[in-house]
Amino acid sequence: MDSQPPESFPASNDAREPESRLVWYWRGVRGIVSVPAFILMLSFVGFGAFAREAGMSMSEAAFSTAIVWALPSQVVLAGSIAAGTSLGLVAIAVALASVRMTPMVAAWVPIVRGPHSTRLSLVLMSHFVAITAWIVSMNRLPSIPREGRGPFFVGFGSSLTICNTGITVLSFMLAGELSEVWRGALLFLTPIYFLTSLTAAAKLRSDQFAMLLGLILGPLIYLTGVQLDLLWTGLLAGTLAFFLAKALEKRKRV
Amino acid sequence: MSLTYFSIDAWWWPYVFILLAGSLPTNIWRWLGVFAGRALRDDSDMLHWVKAVATALIAGVISKLILFPTGPLGDAPLLLRLSATIIGMVAFWLSKKSILVGVVSAEAVLLSMLLF
Repeated sequence: MDSQPPESFPASNDAREPESRLVWYWRGVRGIVSVPAFILMLSFVGFGAFAREAGMSMSEAAFSTAIVWALPSQVVLAGSIAAGTSLGLVAIAVALASVRMTPMVAAWVPIVRGPHSTRLSLVLMSHFVAITAWIVSMNRLPSIPREGRGPFFVGFGSSLTICNTGITVLSFMLAGELSEVWRGALLFLTPIYFLTSLTAAAKLRSDQFAMLLGLILGPLIYLTGVQLDLLWTGLLAGTLAFFLAKALEKRKRV
Repeated sequence: MSLTYFSIDAWWWPYVFILLAGSLPTNIWRWLGVFAGRALRDDSDMLHWVKAVATALIAGVISKLILFPTGPLGDAPLLLRLSATIIGMVAFWLSKKSILVGVVSAEAVLLSMLLF
């Protein structure tokens, strides 16, 4: 790896002990007993039922949770399967729904990488990046010693993926037991949870502006009907927020 | 020729379909992010900009999910979804940014109006 961990990191001496990476891995695994993980699991309850309605089998629905691991992509996939869309067009629709992964992963790499990270290990770990794991990473990883960040993330991300694969199976079996009202309430969890946790995680002025501008511009750009509306929202609102924060900082310094 | 999920009658076909039409198009963006992110230095302006773009993107996802929901959440009126969101956010701020308090308050408003 080309980047060295900061020398001043308080706990980095422990890392010489061989067991400490395993300790961080287990702390990551235990991280799934938390509010964010619990809320994501509840959000996944809706997916198994949806996949069943779309005509997927139980193991196919579970496979898609494990191997796609992005709820919006999976919803697009199941919806297109139900509509009988051809493979190429489904792939394009799913790709359009998941462009957000690139800036998310790009911002996550400098936070998660440690002395043991290689290009391959980062590519493999990036599979577990989705909105919940991203927010948790941005919140918790900076306070963990460099050496422990990768193991912590793998522990958290992989357990979360495995648990939700199980939830998919469970909700597939229980499909039809839940009324529309409760299914609506479960779907409402996702945006509310993202909203509160992203607000809590936005500590930089630029992120707070980005949050506010994204909330406002997102629906407006969507209504214009342009392709890739979310990507434009991110680029426009994010760039604006970045320069706004810069300008404010400069004014304070003068 | 149109190749759909149900067009090849073999047990493995749905899995190949999910892999090619679901997993690959999602993971390509993740892999691209790894290559872009390796060039970013800690605490650099470039990293702050990328983080702002990612944050704004997620914010866009959030407001779309609330304003233009798909599925059963769409049965709840827009005004109810908005008031539940606002009350949830107020509770979140009042509780010194407790995510649990925010989420539970918003859900309580939504459910109480839908059930009673």
